[in-house]
Amino acid sequence: MKPYSNFNATMAIAKASLRSIFRSPSAVVFSLLFPLIFITVFANIGGGGVKVDVGVAKGSDTLNPIYQALKKVSVVNLITKQSAEEMQKNLEKGSIDAMIEIRKNIAPPVFTVNVKYTRASAEKGNILKSLLQSMLFQVNTSRADSLPPVAELKESTVTGREYKYIDFILPGQLGFSLLSTGVFGTAFVFLSLRQTLVIKRFFATPVKRYSIVLGEMIARVVFAMAGAICIIAIGHYAFGFTLIHGWVTVLNMLALALVGLIIFMGFGFTVSGIAKNESSIPPLSNIITLPQFLLSGTFFSTSAFPKWMQPISNALPLTHLNNAMRKVAFEGAGLGDVTHQLLILLVWGIVIYAIAIKTFKWEA
Amino acid sequence: MVKNPIITVKNLVKQYGDFTAVKDISFEVFEGEIFGLLGPNGAGKTTTLEIIETLRSKTSGEVIVDGFNVDSDPSSIKKRIGVQLQAAGYYPNLNLAELIELFCGLYGIKVSPMDMLEKVNLTDKAKAKYKDLSGGQKQRFSIATTLINNPRVVFLDEPTTGLDPQARRNLWDLIKEIQKAGTTVVITTHYMDEAEVLCDRVAFVDGGHIIGIDTPDHFIDTLVASGFERKKQVKQANLEDVFINLTGKEWREG
Repeated sequence: MKPYSNFNATMAIAKASLRSIFRSPSAVVFSLLFPLIFITVFANIGGGGVKVDVGVAKGSDTLNPIYQALKKVSVVNLITKQSAEEMQKNLEKGSIDAMIEIRKNIAPPVFTVNVKYTRASAEKGNILKSLLQSMLFQVNTSRADSLPPVAELKESTVTGREYKYIDFILPGQLGFSLLSTGVFGTAFVFLSLRQTLVIKRFFATPVKRYSIVLGEMIARVVFAMAGAICIIAIGHYAFGFTLIHGWVTVLNMLALALVGLIIFMGFGFTVSGIAKNESSIPPLSNIITLPQFLLSGTFFSTSAFPKWMQPISNALPLTHLNNAMRKVAFEGAGLGDVTHQLLILLVWGIVIYAIAIKTFKWEA
Repeated sequence: MVKNPIITVKNLVKQYGDFTAVKDISFEVFEGEIFGLLGPNGAGKTTTLEIIETLRSKTSGEVIVDGFNVDSDPSSIKKRIGVQLQAAGYYPNLNLAELIELFCGLYGIKVSPMDMLEKVNLTDKAKAKYKDLSGGQKQRFSIATTLINNPRVVFLDEPTTGLDPQARRNLWDLIKEIQKAGTTVVITTHYMDEAEVLCDRVAFVDGGHIIGIDTPDHFIDTLVASGFERKKQVKQANLEDVFINLTGKEWREG
């Protein structure tokens, strides 16, 4: 007799599970269809809640009326804490939309306003441009015509990659897809296998317990990775999603997706253990997924949230997955550049699997 | 004929907290026989079966299946037995052929799903889902999954409960075929006519004890010899015979 192969048993479960997932409408809808719909919708309407991030150069005069007026404009977010170098880099990436330097002159005009826009964020640059022009017009015309203008505007534009809304929305939707596959999928399958005694019947065969868990995880990983490739491909070819280093970027994104999925499956295992029956799975899963869906910068940047909410956002694993994903996708970062995010995710992973092991149930 | 015990249960006890479900049970099942465990609900039949099947831990006692001890070598036992659970479901969204394929992987055995389905006369349902089968078909499919590893013993827990008379007879034929192929069968049932037709020996279980173990014939003869008489004169046929006679023996699908 051939020796019993745990590997073959694991693969048999993975294959069965994968077949089952592809035939389950809810898995396909939540993991693929919804994210794609959101991407299509948001890629077309663009970003709401516009904030123009303007870097203020070190040594810039801040007592002048122009600066004070800019401070009062709610759309403009003045950033003063970055170094000139950082600011230049961020400007090129489009993570700040413009840079401003106001200098007081000895001779008139009293103020020179130097503005640097970026091609990476042309639209927001235009908002600032028209704001500044109208401000300067007011400042200058408030005096008599004969007098020289108080301030002059000097503008320039740096070239950078254009940061499209799709570059923001796609990583968020990818995270959302992983979250639903991981939490809902895992929770439902283990509860249903337990309740319908499928697992008990498995236990009457030589299969090992770890094969059952591993087989299910492998199936979900394959499904989620296929979904991720789909989402990235459609985003890239249909909506111009930026992939800086092409395939390398895609592989880095998939590696991050795997890390995220494994953590989210941990939540799924926990829910399957806590849930008493099938109808308690959606509320329990929603407690986990909804806050992350809303607060992790899936649709809007977390920087648009009120200050008190930021620590909550920053505690959620999806926030860090999204951040890492955006860095990798748009900034071309490698996995080594997102170790901070990976470390936080690792902590989440350890905590959630510790809880999952405590709560997981094999039998009803 | 020398009877080899293939299952030996000695002084088996199972406690759930304060409740003792199985109280010091001992019996043997011989190789090649159909052995019935009979008794009212809650008597401890299923618990006893599940301990022998390695699915449940025991409090004390000894259980040997085909030479292997449940304590020291459960995985060898699992490879040699086929188990049909009461009311067990199957992996969702898969058709019968795919489910057999899955079990092949779990047992580490290569057989053609169609061959297995042929044994239980379900080849035309290969692409159907388990949940869409009739009661009788479900039971036959469950039995097919117990035969994949060519087991030495199969355990059938109330396989005919809820089936119509035709489906029940059809399943009896299948169980007898399994026995003919050399497999020992351990079955539980609430139908005494079924036990009388199928079982070589039966054990009556009540309140966690075995209160009698013998051949059905011997049990009946002993009872008659003790002076027992049925209240109603026994006729040459009963109502089930009428049912089968009127509706035919043909197996109905659906």
